[in-house]
Amino acid sequence: MNDITKQLLEMISDYNGEFNGAYNIREDGQCAARQSSENIKIESKQDAPGLVIHIKPFTKGEKVFIPACVTKSGIDDLVYNDFYVGQGADVTIVAGCGVHNSGEEEARHNGIHRFFIEKDANVLYEEKHIGTGEAEGLRKIDPVTDIELGENAKLTMDTVQLSGVDQTTRTTRGVLGDGARLIIKERIMTDGREQAKTDFYVELKGENSGVDLMSRSVARDESYQEYHSVIKGMNVCTGHSECDAILVGNGKVSASPQLDAEHPDAALIHEAAIGKIAGEQLLKLRTLGLTEEEAEQKIISGFLK
Amino acid sequence: MLKLENITWSLEDGRGILNDVSLEIPDSKLVVITGPNGGGKTTLAKTVAGLITPESGKIIFDGQDITELDITQRAKLGISYAFQQPVRFKGLTVRDLLELAAGRELKQPEICELLGKVGLCKNDYIDREVNASLSGGEIKRIEIATVLARNTKLSIFDEPEAGIDLWSFAGLVDVFKEVKNKINGTLMIISHQERILEIADEIVVISGGKVESSGSAQEILPKLIKGSRAPRPCERS
Repeated sequence: MNDITKQLLEMISDYNGEFNGAYNIREDGQCAARQSSENIKIESKQDAPGLVIHIKPFTKGEKVFIPACVTKSGIDDLVYNDFYVGQGADVTIVAGCGVHNSGEEEARHNGIHRFFIEKDANVLYEEKHIGTGEAEGLRKIDPVTDIELGENAKLTMDTVQLSGVDQTTRTTRGVLGDGARLIIKERIMTDGREQAKTDFYVELKGENSGVDLMSRSVARDESYQEYHSVIKGMNVCTGHSECDAILVGNGKVSASPQLDAEHPDAALIHEAAIGKIAGEQLLKLRTLGLTEEEAEQKIISGFLK
Repeated sequence: MLKLENITWSLEDGRGILNDVSLEIPDSKLVVITGPNGGGKTTLAKTVAGLITPESGKIIFDGQDITELDITQRAKLGISYAFQQPVRFKGLTVRDLLELAAGRELKQPEICELLGKVGLCKNDYIDREVNASLSGGEIKRIEIATVLARNTKLSIFDEPEAGIDLWSFAGLVDVFKEVKNKINGTLMIISHQERILEIADEIVVISGGKVESSGSAQEILPKLIKGSRAPRPCERS
C-alpha cells in the first residue's frame, strides 16, 4: 500500500493504521489488503472486478470498510461490489473513495454498489469522496448505488463530497418493500470548474414504505451542479425530498425534483431552495463579532456538516 | 456611556424616520425605548448596532466616535443586538450559535445555564438546528440567549415580546429582571409592554422620529399609562 493511499484512507474513512472490523482496501484497481470477520465474509467477485460481501443474519454492531483509492494518472477503475445483508443484522458499511492525480491524464473511479437488505436489517452506509493533487489531469468519481430493501429493512446513506473531484455523476436507485425506510443525506461542495450531477430514483413499492432524501450543496466559483430526483409512490407510503443549495461567486445549480404519485394514499412532499447566503444571516453573525468572511465560512460549514 | 448626537435617517422615498435624534444612555441601567409603531425605535437600535448608517449625526460609545465603524467592529467593542425577527440557519445548531456568540467553546453547564435563563429545557435544544422547525417563541429565546452569551457592555433587545405568547412572556420579564441584577452592562430594550416598562430605570419615548420625552421610569411611566387610558379625540362623544 503506498503513502498516497494511506493519506487518502485517513481522509475518507476512520483509518489510523488499521481498521476495526472487516475490510478490503482497493488501490489502483487491485486489492491491497483484505480481512473478513466471523460474521462478515468478503470474497472476490467471479464474473467481474469487485467484491461480494455477505453479512450474516442478526450480526449486531459490526463495521465493514471497503475504501477504494486511485493514486495516479491514467487509471480508470471500475468495480462492482455486492452486499448481502442478512435478516435482522445491524451494521455500518464505510465505502469511501479517494482519487489523487498528479499527472496529465485522467484518473477515475467508478464504483457500482448493490445492496440486498433483508427483513428487519438496519444499515448505516457512509460514503465520503475526495479528490487531491494539483495536476491538470481530471479526477472523476462516478458512483452507482442500487438498493433493495426488504420488509421493515432500513438503510441510512450518508454521502459527502467536498471539493477536489472535477467531474462526478452520482446515481442512486432504491426499491422499497413493505414498511422499509430509506434515508439519504447528501452533501456536495464544488469549486473551480468542477461539475457534479446527482440522480436519485426511488420506488416506494411496499405498503407503509418511506423515503427521506436530503441534499445540501454549495456551488462556488465557476462550478456547476445538477440535481434530479424521482420519488414514485406506488402504495400507501410517504416520500420527502429536500434540496437546498447555496451559490457562491458564479456557481450555478439546476434542481429538478419529480414526484410521481401512483397510488391514492401516497403522500409525497418536496422542498427546494437555491440562492446566495441570506444577507440577514451574515448580519446576525457579524453582530456576534465575526467578519463577513468568517460569517460566510461558518454558515457554509454548518450547512454542509 | 452611549451618546447619540443629531442622528437623521430617511427611507429611499425621502420619508424621514429619524429626525435629529439626540440621546444619552447611561451605564449600567435598564433603559426602555418605547413609542408608537413606525416611530423609529427599531431604526434607532439598528443605527447603534451598525446595521443602518445614519445620514448625519454622531454615535459616541464610551467616549469613542463609532459612527464610521461597521457591525463587526462595533460588536467587538461590546455592542450586542437581539433581532426583532431572529434569523434562522440551516445547519447551525443552538450550541454553534451560542459558541459563536461567546467567542469560545462552551462547556455543557455553561450552555445549560444560558438556555435555562431564557426558559428553555437544555437537553431538548443544545443540538437542535436553528432552523424553521423551531417555533417563533423558541427562536426568540435563543436569540436572546445569544446576546446574553456575549455579556457585553451594551445589549440591545428589539421587541423581545414580539412573537412570544403571553404565558412565556411572563417568564421573559423575569429573565430581564435577573439579567439586570447580574450583568454590569447597560440593557436597552425596545418594547411596548407595560411589564417591561415597569422594570426600567429609564424610559425614552420615540415618536415621529424624535425623542418625545425621556427620563427616569418614575417620572415617565405614570404619564404613559395615563396617556394610554385617556380617550382619543375621535372617541369623545
